[in-house]
Amino acid sequence: MRPATFWLAAVVVGAAFFGLSLQVPNQYYFQAGYVVLQYIVLATAWNILGGYTGYVNFGTAAFFALGAYSTVALYKLLPLPLPVLVMIGGGVSGVVGFGMGYLTLRLRGAFFSIATLALAVVMQTLITNWEFVGGSRGAYILRPAQVPLLGNYIIYLFLVMLVLSVLAIGIARSIERSRLGFGFAAIRDDEQAAEAAGVPTLRLKLAATTLSGALMGMAGAPLPYYVTYLDPASGFNLAYAVNSIAMPLIGGMTSWVGPLIGALFLGTVQQLATVTISSALNLLIVGLLLVAFVVIAPNGIVGLFNAFLASIRERGLRKHWKRAGGDAVRRESPR
Amino acid sequence: MGVSLDLLLGAVVAGVLLGGFYAAVSVGIAISFGMLDIVNIAHPAFIILGSYAAYIVNSSFGLDPVVTAIVMLPVFFVLGAAVYEIYYAVFERRGDEALRGLAFFFGLLFIVEVALILVFGVDYRFVEARYIGPTLHYGPIDLPLRMLVPFAVSILLMAGLQLYLSRTFTGRAIMAVSQDRLALQLMSASPAKIKRIAFGISIATAALAGAFLIIIQPVEPSIGRDYIGRVFAITVLGGLGSFPGMLAAAVLLGVVESITATFYGPSWSPAVAFGVLLLTLAFRPSGIMGRR
Amino acid sequence: MGRRLLHAMNRWLAATIFAASLAPVTAGAAEPIKIGFGMALTGGLAGNGKAALVAMQIWAEEMNAKGGLLGRPVQLVYYDDQTNPAQVPGIYTKLLDVDKVDLVISGYGTNLQAPAMPVIMPRGMVFIGLFGLAVNDQFHYDRFFQIQPNGENAKISSIEGFFAAAMTAKPTPKTVAIVGADAEYPKVATEGAREIVQKLGLKIVYDRSYPPTTVDYTPIVRAIQATGPDVVYLASYPPDSAGMVRAVHEVGLKTTVFGGGLIGLQFAALKQQLGEMLNGIICYDLYAPSPTMNFPGITEFLTKYQPRAKAEGADQLGFYLPPFAYAAMQVLGQAVETTKGLDQGKIAQYIHATTFKTVVGDIKFATNGEWAKARIIFVQYRGIAGNDLDQFKKPGVEVIVAPDEFRTGDVEAPYTDIRH
Repeated sequence: MRPATFWLAAVVVGAAFFGLSLQVPNQYYFQAGYVVLQYIVLATAWNILGGYTGYVNFGTAAFFALGAYSTVALYKLLPLPLPVLVMIGGGVSGVVGFGMGYLTLRLRGAFFSIATLALAVVMQTLITNWEFVGGSRGAYILRPAQVPLLGNYIIYLFLVMLVLSVLAIGIARSIERSRLGFGFAAIRDDEQAAEAAGVPTLRLKLAATTLSGALMGMAGAPLPYYVTYLDPASGFNLAYAVNSIAMPLIGGMTSWVGPLIGALFLGTVQQLATVTISSALNLLIVGLLLVAFVVIAPNGIVGLFNAFLASIRERGLRKHWKRAGGDAVRRESPR
Repeated sequence: MGVSLDLLLGAVVAGVLLGGFYAAVSVGIAISFGMLDIVNIAHPAFIILGSYAAYIVNSSFGLDPVVTAIVMLPVFFVLGAAVYEIYYAVFERRGDEALRGLAFFFGLLFIVEVALILVFGVDYRFVEARYIGPTLHYGPIDLPLRMLVPFAVSILLMAGLQLYLSRTFTGRAIMAVSQDRLALQLMSASPAKIKRIAFGISIATAALAGAFLIIIQPVEPSIGRDYIGRVFAITVLGGLGSFPGMLAAAVLLGVVESITATFYGPSWSPAVAFGVLLLTLAFRPSGIMGRR
Repeated sequence: MGRRLLHAMNRWLAATIFAASLAPVTAGAAEPIKIGFGMALTGGLAGNGKAALVAMQIWAEEMNAKGGLLGRPVQLVYYDDQTNPAQVPGIYTKLLDVDKVDLVISGYGTNLQAPAMPVIMPRGMVFIGLFGLAVNDQFHYDRFFQIQPNGENAKISSIEGFFAAAMTAKPTPKTVAIVGADAEYPKVATEGAREIVQKLGLKIVYDRSYPPTTVDYTPIVRAIQATGPDVVYLASYPPDSAGMVRAVHEVGLKTTVFGGGLIGLQFAALKQQLGEMLNGIICYDLYAPSPTMNFPGITEFLTKYQPRAKAEGADQLGFYLPPFAYAAMQVLGQAVETTKGLDQGKIAQYIHATTFKTVVGDIKFATNGEWAKARIIFVQYRGIAGNDLDQFKKPGVEVIVAPDEFRTGDVEAPYTDIRH
């Protein structure tokens, strides 16, 4: 599928989905849906660095919360429409992503991951001590109750996040099919060999961290409007880091489909669990799913699906062989 | 605030004691990550498990937490060996990347935390011991026994482990497996078995670290998450595969936290500590005494 | 024939009525009245959340045993918000749009109440907050009420009692050290403290905060000691309250008055743990067993609450949040019964206009929903011996030193001499 066709298809699917959503009579759908869509963006963003390039980022919270806090800072200075805030959030986190990429140029594997963890802690401490955005007191962001055309503000938030999801998925797929994506894959498979072959690994890594960070920042920018009260503890919540790793893992890390499926699956399960089982068991579900998938389905749901397809194809081929007198053919053909 | 010498001395001493505790908490990672390349992010959960074990025994029988931990060492060793068996069967044998193992341990972290919540609830737990409260005073220096006892036992633990690793056959095999698998196999020791023993030891140290933790502060199931960053930071800062390095890094972190808290405002301690780590990673990734 | 039939019918009728009157008066098979809320059952605030839930369940059961609300059984519908504000909007939207609850009440803590406001306000629901600081200052919602007795100017009125008491100590204090955790309540509290201290003309010699992940508090206490303050004001949450109190003893803090807003000292777990180390500390509290606070129903409530909380692993003493959670339900229940319906506007009007008699005394709400008159008390712990819990259940060890209307004793100073 050509890139332009894919983008068109994605926009059409997104629009249709939104149209259907508007038929749902209650607002709970939008509240819960916002969170799931947010995770689609986070998981896809994480996967650009983690799945395509092979660098595991533990500090999703840092980029996400930076996006949220740039919204808070701007809210206190001058009123801006949400899409502009999203762009700014993305810009800020992208710059930080670039900086982090530069700082961790020579780090591989677990060292890189630990550096991202350290970055998250430093960011959280800086924001906790920044009185202007409320620091540890937290900040109140009052959202307008109604929006023209759509009605309640939550529907607007839902729409913004839907647009971001389509954007993120489109970007992910474009990367996959581009030279950038091949470069990433080369780094993931064997970085030293890639360098030896002349792949500009440092530049590519910077591209990956910047892009990944920017998308996460964009996902975080609307958060203050969603929660109304934001403080560092909830902005930097461990759940964001864990989920953004777990969802691509469960869904499958090799393509754009994986994070989407993982986020839809795990995100929906978590939202449902919050309002049904609703207790410590919630966390248990994430833990068990993580362990189960990692043990049973190392390539995620996408991997399972591919394996399933492959086995069907094999069975189909075998039947074809048999009908065409396959045994005789096989005996005759040289080994 | 003027730099009073007494205050500085007090801060440094407090930092050293704290560092001893941090070393005990991190030594398990120094083994599992530093030597075996296993990113066991669930290690803090095992520490909390150790804290609760000490709590149960202490509140039912009044037994001293450190003694309880020593009694529990073999139990935790077996637990560690069992966890390694699962890890090996699923991941290492298949040759999968470290990420899957990481996710496995992440899941394990949550499972242990929730199990503790379901069994014990979310209230803070604490232990009683004769040395929680009294303080030794030597001029301007205060040595609260609550910090001194874990520090002393931690140093003993480090010394014991270092001796074991350098003097016994299994110990040296463990050092070897982190450096050269093939040589080890040629020595006719099975790498998997050696790694299992090493991982078992790593989890056994969690029992002691857990006892120290609940002596120093009240414990509830989710505080393990606060330690994930610290333990990896200390191990990396000290240099993978080096015990003395790890100890130095732990003490350094303790002193930095303590001095920042005393003179500049405690709010900045985490930023300073992890900022140091970031700089180290950027300019000297092999750490203070790293080999790689 | 007609007369005998009539006679028989009469007897049957009498028998039926008699039989019916013997049946226990329980809430009938009518539609239940659903009261919905999110509550912190896991995560950092779960200790209080679980305690509140027990209190609310006790109220619901008592209501149902008496015939329910408006003759309908009361049903509590609740979800765990995991102490995560991001969960709250979804939970309350589900409660109102999907579960179609009739009434709502808040979860515990400012962080978990504010996110619900944009969901509650457009639907015009009455919302009673279970402990939070100045939540309504941002929203100015006329159907919001706060059950924590902070008073209209919460920041000041919840703290001034401490300094009022501190200034009665001899020698009269001149310098103050202010310290608190990097978290919502301590930040607001220390701000209030700063204002009061400046108004009193005292000098601030130390003013810092610390991260909640601090392990060792002795460097902080030593730094405070180095400035030689007469009063040390601390605002903290349970883990750091314990850590700071321990550190104060290990360093041997010398000062005239020590205490402030140490959350956690009100709970059984910390009282047991710290025991004698509490002696001399002047701490913010909401209720202490004493002749001046013998409100109607409080002893009965505590007698029911304590064994049940123990069984469910919640705070065993129940002096902090539980009586107020119960009182909040009393207020809501009384409003519903008196207005004879579930009209939120009428309920809100009634609550604004009435003085309620609850297990925590008389409550009258101001226009912004806070208590018209603050009732934060400050107690000084005295004569605690050992770690036994029973000594706290009786008057004596917690001497109320402020405000005047509840006072049972004077401040003892300096702290250096009274501490253990």
